[in-house]
This record gives sequence, structure tokens and C-alpha cells, in this order.
Amino acid sequence: MVDPKFDIKDLSVWFGHLQALKKVTLAIAPNEILSIIGPSNSGKTTFLRMLNRLNALNLSFRVEGEIRIDGVDLLRLDVEALRKRVGMVFALPLSLPLSIYDNVAYGVRMHGEKNKKKLEGRVQAALEEAYLWEEVKDRLQESAFKLSGGQQQRLCIARTLAVEPEVILFDEPCSGLDPISTAKVEDAMLKLKSRYTIVLVTNNVKQAARVGDRTAFFLNGELIELDQTEKIFTAPHDKRTEDYILGKFG
Amino acid sequence: MRKAKEFIVEKLILTCGVASIFFVALIFLFLMKEGLAVFKTVSLSDFLAGHKWYPISEPPQLGILPLILGSILVTIGAAIISIPIGVGSAIYIAEIAPAWAKEVLKAGVELLAAIPSVVLGFVGMVTLVPLVKNVFNLPTGLTALSGSIMLAFMAMPTIVSVAEDALYSVPKNYKEGAFALGATQWQTIWRVMLPASSSGILAAVMLGIGRVIGETMAVMMITGNAAVIPKTILVPVRTLTATVAAEMGEAVVGGEHYFALFAIGIVLFMISFMINVTADLFLHKRQR
Repeated sequence: MVDPKFDIKDLSVWFGHLQALKKVTLAIAPNEILSIIGPSNSGKTTFLRMLNRLNALNLSFRVEGEIRIDGVDLLRLDVEALRKRVGMVFALPLSLPLSIYDNVAYGVRMHGEKNKKKLEGRVQAALEEAYLWEEVKDRLQESAFKLSGGQQQRLCIARTLAVEPEVILFDEPCSGLDPISTAKVEDAMLKLKSRYTIVLVTNNVKQAARVGDRTAFFLNGELIELDQTEKIFTAPHDKRTEDYILGKFG
Repeated sequence: MRKAKEFIVEKLILTCGVASIFFVALIFLFLMKEGLAVFKTVSLSDFLAGHKWYPISEPPQLGILPLILGSILVTIGAAIISIPIGVGSAIYIAEIAPAWAKEVLKAGVELLAAIPSVVLGFVGMVTLVPLVKNVFNLPTGLTALSGSIMLAFMAMPTIVSVAEDALYSVPKNYKEGAFALGATQWQTIWRVMLPASSSGILAAVMLGIGRVIGETMAVMMITGNAAVIPKTILVPVRTLTATVAAEMGEAVVGGEHYFALFAIGIVLFMISFMINVTADLFLHKRQR
């Protein structure tokens, strides 16, 4: 593998007495889509939220082990700077009660960009990358709530892209979307791969098969198996992976 | 037999439910009956806009403008002091404080709410009043400012607890969304949490103000009770509430003075009613 984007060694996480991650070791390559699958409470979202340190919002949170981003200790980085580099898209589209334009410009403005021309450029570029520009370019000043669920989710992707991150974390981005909207979001993901590193947590096994370069299977806080997506779905090593993919539990 | 029991219990509870409305209606009617009688001797505009309150001179002068202005001045002063401190403390408790500090502060706020107003009044009288007198070099420390400061203490518990509640009820994912974009804690509070909870915070402010404008005991003790139109905040004033409380005992039942005090009651009722309705509107807006 080329120099990994993320290098994670023996990562363990506790919330109070509950251990959510158990000695997870894995590396994520730049410009790959890593899908993470597993039943609920398997630690996959906890893992994702370690990469932008959102877990630290929980007061009883404790961590052991090492995460490096581009070779630098992630846990020692300035947290705001880290989150600018590592963007996140949540399960529910989180549109703010603002216009479409202001939703996308929100993060950029927060990071201090005041130049109107630059702001407009960033908003348009982000909307184009999220494959939403054509649908909204004539009504940027309308409320974001007028968009459909799928459009709102792509709006959130655009908002994340507008602050120019290097990595995008997707936390079950399509759990509330219909199949057509899901397909559009997946399209956007595949095209974003050329410029960003993508980590996708999903409950939808087929989605992992469709978009992931590699797929990781988590169970009870442990990384059970990590391999090329094709291999995971055709010839998994571990019985538990096979059972989960075939829908025998989960 | 069981049916009959059901019936009786149901009607009993219904009576309890209706009772509160019934009492409010009774009080309101009584207030109206006694208060409106004053307008036989003085016109509405003379009453509300009259500059002189000499209820026992002959003929009595029943202008309550100085009293209204006194109430408004003390209330505005208290609002200016209590809103920033109250909202700030709510933000600290809801968003920033570590768990132990949260508990201590919340207990403190509750304790503040539990202090009887007469106690606040005499503590203010012996500590705050001389302080104001010395700091501003005034002939007396019994001023609108002293009343404002004391009343700010009374408004704060309401503002803190309602505003804190509003901040807590902001969906967690708003906050996470802001953090995930790289917002600092202050940016998250200022640009996400406060706008999202603004209607609840406005309701908190209105409820706090409602408490201030209806407060009687503390203001009566420390605002000096001079029924003149105040030109600055550093002069004695008299509020609507203090007037009623101080003069009701000596007013002749059925006399003009007596009716005028009831009319002041109507004015107060209207003001608190409007404040409560406004607060309610904000609260409902938030729930929608």
C-alpha cells in the first residue's frame, strides 16, 4: 500500500464501563472508499467518529491506542483543524433553516471566508461535486427545506465539501432515502473518490458491495475481517462475516 | 355501583379543572367592577397620562404616569442586568460546565429562587442601598437602580432555568453537525445553539420580566417610593405594585382612591397578561 491516509493501531474505546472498540488495527489508503459493515452496536460508528474525534463530546469517553493521519498523531492535532480536514455526513440530512446557498456557505463562512466572489465559487464548486448544482442553480435563495430528502443529503455533502476537506466520513448516509435518491448519493460518492478519501459506515450490505473498494466487517467492537470488497462478498475468510452478509444475523 | 363511582370521580376532577378558570374569571370581574368605577371621576387619558399622583388631596389627583414609568424603569434596569447574566449562565450550565459544576450551579440557582422577596429586600436595604449612595454620591441610595439590581436577582433563576431547558432541547445532531464542520465551541454556541433555541430563550426572558414587573415587596423596600416622573435611574421611584401594597390599607373602601388602586390592578393585570401571552407564543413557536 502507498502511504496510508489513516494508520490505526490497537485502537480501544470505552464509554463508561462499556468497551465499544477492542484493539482495532487497520490502515486506510488515500483515495479509496472503505466501507464498514456490521450489526448495530458493533462499534462501526464509534470507529468512524474517532477519525474526526466527535466521540470526545461524550463525557465518559476514553481512548487507548494510536491513530495517525498522514503520519501525524491524530489525537494530538488541533481538533478544529482536524475536522476541517476530515468532513462528515450524517445519517439524517441536517439542513439548517437557511437558504440553499447559505447552507453550503455555512462552514466556509465559519472558517472566516468573507470574500463574496470566492464564497460563490466555493459554493458552486461544492454543489457541482455533490451533483446537485443542476437541480438547484436557479433557486439558490430558496429554503433548503423545500428540497427532497435525497437532495438535502446531497446538500449536506456539498456543505462538507465546501470547506475543502481531504477525507469524508459517511455515517449511514442513505438510511432515510428511497432507492433512487440512494443511487444518486452513491454516484456522487464514486465520483468523489478521485479527490477524497472516503470512509462509509452502512447498514446496507449491498451498498457496501456497490461502492466500497475494500470492506471491513465489525462485530462487538472487533474488526473481524478486512479485504477487497469482491473478496469479502464472494469468499469471506470468517464464518461470521459470511453469516452476516447472507443475512443470517444482524 | 362501579359506574356511579366513575361518574362521581369524573365530575369531581372536572370541577377541580374548571375551578382555576372560574377563580380567574371571578378575580377579573371583581377587579373590573371596582377598578372601572374610578373613571366616573377621572378620564382614562388623565388616569394613564396624568403626571400627578396625589390621591388624598382635595380634589384627588389620580395620574399614574409616574407609577407606570417607575415600574418600566425598574423593569428595564433589571432586564438589562439579568438577561445577559442569566442567558450567559444558562449557556455555561448547558454547554460548557463540567458535570460537578453543573450540579453546584443548578442548586445555586434554585436556592436563589427560594429566597423570599422580603429577605432580598432587607438585604438590599442594608448592603446595596448604602453602596449605591456612596458610589454615585447621591443624597439617598433608595433609587430605581437599587431596585433594578435587586430585582435582577429575582428574574435570574427563571431566565436561567427556562433558557437552559431551551438549550438542552436543541437536537444533538445540530451540535454535532457544527462540530463536524470544524466549528469551535464558541462558534457552535453562537451560530447554532443560540439561533436554534432563540424562541425558548425569548420566552425565558419574557417570563423573567413578568416576574420582575409583578414583584412588590423588594421594590417597596428599596426604591424610595417617590411618585414623581423619574428623569434618571438614580432617583427614587414608585412602582405600580408598591403603590397598591402601600396605600390599600389606608384607602377608604368605596372612595376614589380605593377605586384608583383597583384600576392600577387592572393595568398590572393587562401588562402581565400581555407578557405571559408573548412568552407563550415564543414557547409554542419552539415546539412547532
